[in-house]
Amino acid sequence: MTTSFAALSLVALYSAMAVYAIAFVAFAIDLARRSVPAATVPAEHIPVLVVAGGTSTHEAPGRTDSGPLNETTPTTRAHSRASRVAFALTVLAWLLHLGAAVLRAVAGGRVPWANMFEFSLTGSLLIVGVYLLVNLWVDLRFLGTFVIGLMLILLGVATVGFYVDVVPLPPALQSAWLVIHVFVALLATAFFALSFAASSLQLVQVRRESKPTPAVGRFARMLTTIPDAQSLDVIAYRITIVGFALWTFTLMAGSIWAERAWGRYWGWDVKEVWTFIIWVIYAAYIHAKATRGWQGNRAAWLAIIGFSAVLFNFGIVNVFFTGLHSYSGL
Amino acid sequence: MPALGLVGWARWIWRQLTSMKTALWLLVLLAIAAVPGSLVPQRTADPNGVLQYFKNNPDGARVLDSLQAFDVYTSVWFSAIYLLLFISLVGCVIPRTRHHWIALRAAPPLTPRRLSRMPVHEAHEVDVQDSGPVRAELVEEGMRLLRRSRYRVVTYPEPGDPTGASQSVSAERGYLRETGNLLFHVALVGILATIAIGGGYGYIGQRVVVEGQTFVNTRAAYDSFTPGRFFDNSMLDPYSLTLEKFSVQYEVQNPKALGMATDYTARVSVRDQGSSQGHTSSIKVNEPLSVGGTEVYLLGNGYAPEITVKDPTGKVVFSDTIPFLPQDANLTSLGVVKVPDGLKSQVGMIGFFYPTQAVAANGAFYSAYPDLVTPLVTFNVYTGDLGLDSGAPKSVYTLDTSSMTQVTGRGTGIDSLQLTPGQTVQLPNGLGSVELTGIKRFASFQVAHDPTQGFVFGFAIVILVGLALALFVPRRRLWVRINTSKTGRLVLEYAGLARGDDPGLAAAVTDLAQRHRSRFTNRD
Repeated sequence: MTTSFAALSLVALYSAMAVYAIAFVAFAIDLARRSVPAATVPAEHIPVLVVAGGTSTHEAPGRTDSGPLNETTPTTRAHSRASRVAFALTVLAWLLHLGAAVLRAVAGGRVPWANMFEFSLTGSLLIVGVYLLVNLWVDLRFLGTFVIGLMLILLGVATVGFYVDVVPLPPALQSAWLVIHVFVALLATAFFALSFAASSLQLVQVRRESKPTPAVGRFARMLTTIPDAQSLDVIAYRITIVGFALWTFTLMAGSIWAERAWGRYWGWDVKEVWTFIIWVIYAAYIHAKATRGWQGNRAAWLAIIGFSAVLFNFGIVNVFFTGLHSYSGL
Repeated sequence: MPALGLVGWARWIWRQLTSMKTALWLLVLLAIAAVPGSLVPQRTADPNGVLQYFKNNPDGARVLDSLQAFDVYTSVWFSAIYLLLFISLVGCVIPRTRHHWIALRAAPPLTPRRLSRMPVHEAHEVDVQDSGPVRAELVEEGMRLLRRSRYRVVTYPEPGDPTGASQSVSAERGYLRETGNLLFHVALVGILATIAIGGGYGYIGQRVVVEGQTFVNTRAAYDSFTPGRFFDNSMLDPYSLTLEKFSVQYEVQNPKALGMATDYTARVSVRDQGSSQGHTSSIKVNEPLSVGGTEVYLLGNGYAPEITVKDPTGKVVFSDTIPFLPQDANLTSLGVVKVPDGLKSQVGMIGFFYPTQAVAANGAFYSAYPDLVTPLVTFNVYTGDLGLDSGAPKSVYTLDTSSMTQVTGRGTGIDSLQLTPGQTVQLPNGLGSVELTGIKRFASFQVAHDPTQGFVFGFAIVILVGLALALFVPRRRLWVRINTSKTGRLVLEYAGLARGDDPGLAAAVTDLAQRHRSRFTNRD
């Protein structure tokens, strides 16, 4: 029974990965098309929301204290057919992915996030979920290759390296906090992943924009079709603060659970240390946004370092460090 | 270069320390300084890891120890960073609180002369001739709409109109953003202060209790005990706790997880000081027991064989249950029996316990399952000096064999002793006999008392709420102005300014403009 649901879950997951792979190619084709001069792009122009609130008909461009958004952001181009196909396939793959998680939950009779394989399964589901959700609010299709690429790597590592059979929960994990603490941690990770992508692109755009003469070439032309550094800065910030609030909650919920399970709310266990380090890095990021000399590049680097710490905490600390959080199942 | 003087320097240092740039560097440093504590075992989290480190690499360990690398989070350098950070934070929060206090009671600012210079601005000409009553009504309507959206609203006389009859509307909202920001930072200081002061009043102790044994909450009864700085023994409420039964449930259905423990339950009976009547209760992982101002947690468990040793005449010289420490998932366990008196020499035995004994291809024993199916204890026997008379404390879990002679086991020509429950075997050299009388389970409990936990929790809630307000409440100013076009018709101007990140600013201005005008057009 359990085994057959687990097997079905894997079938769904492999199907999701296959569809993600096609979506990845389609996103890549879209990026490649963007590097072709604009004249060859289909003429149907669909205006695109750059950030929320951009729908207005006001005369002056929306500017805020924290960073102006250029109304002239050159994303006011049509979505290529490739991009539309990629997006639709991503939604389809995500549904299969969701099915895999649900089947895994049925197989285990519990939430599907209690070992490294399941953390990866559900964590990556949330990354794509958040990506799709944020797309309703601001156009992030240009991040498709990144997000789906990351997805394929994560799921590849998970299925090859982390796969474990469904086993019952050890007594230490039998707690409502498993549902809350781990889920919110994974959700925060999803936001940090998007913030990392936007911040990395921001650095690329800063380099391009700071050149005295506009760069030519296909890569540069592709870059002109995605939001400029200033807009990416704002997008990254808004995504990161959601992640930070969730991470703060993760840390606190973890402390409450630690008190119930281990008799102290904080004990500098390796996982606690890294959760703290990540929290401090993103706290620094938020402060950097309000500090002269740190806005822009340096803040973007902090977001990149922050997500690297998240990946380290997930991939290295969970698997190779010994501590109280030894639930990788490997 | 002008001399600053002592006060001048002090002021300069204070200003540097409380600047955001310094705080930012301190945050980055704090993150970096926390890393080594995850790479090197820490005395508080992993004391055995530290001992192991010293054993494996004594020279490196000494160097690291001199840098406080085994106590990173109480080290001078780590403390220096976070204390400076908190001083910087306080120095930043105090003036900001003062500013915010003033802002909270101040009216929204004067309407800017040129609203078109604001980040968001709209102007709409409407098909109505300018007149005093219409203007007044529009101002009234603007104020009403903004008030309903919870703006603080004020009107200012237009500078171009000496009569003071025409007015502009100025509104501001989102004061909670800064309130949240300040609350967040104050609560951080609160947590640090609570831990610094209150941590001294708590204690934490561990105790292994075998089934049938009773633990009384006194300091001497603990196997290990970590008191806070202000602790004294009178803080211990001497309740007693008896482990009646320790039961374990194993997975028996799922072939991939056979023998995996799915539940540990410690049935205990608790008797408070002064009361003769006890009550029974249970302690599980994730479900501690509250008693006598403490919480009792179930941290670990294992087997405790009951060993009886007799001299050659059959007189019992030793009888005790010895907790054996689990070494693997199937509970192969290691324990030590020390018989100091009654035999012709002191005897020490290093024992292995296999709850389900099995034999590997190379002849070595191992445990194939964690429950008691075919339990077996083996002993290597040593004679000589146990080292107990030196007065130095010795662990009950280790045997110092440096001044002892091994008499059974590998290299002695005599096989290790093997005992199944109820079985008696003779010790070599006519020393006497050993019997495995029975097998019990033990639980290891942690008892913790932390009077400040509630405060820390309260501050944590304030941190979370403060953070949400500071990050997600938009602080913004909106203005409405009524102008006249060259043809004498009304021109309505709306503008907005965000203070801090505000994704909804443009939408807010548009929304205000629409509703303000729709009222106006619906009027006729």
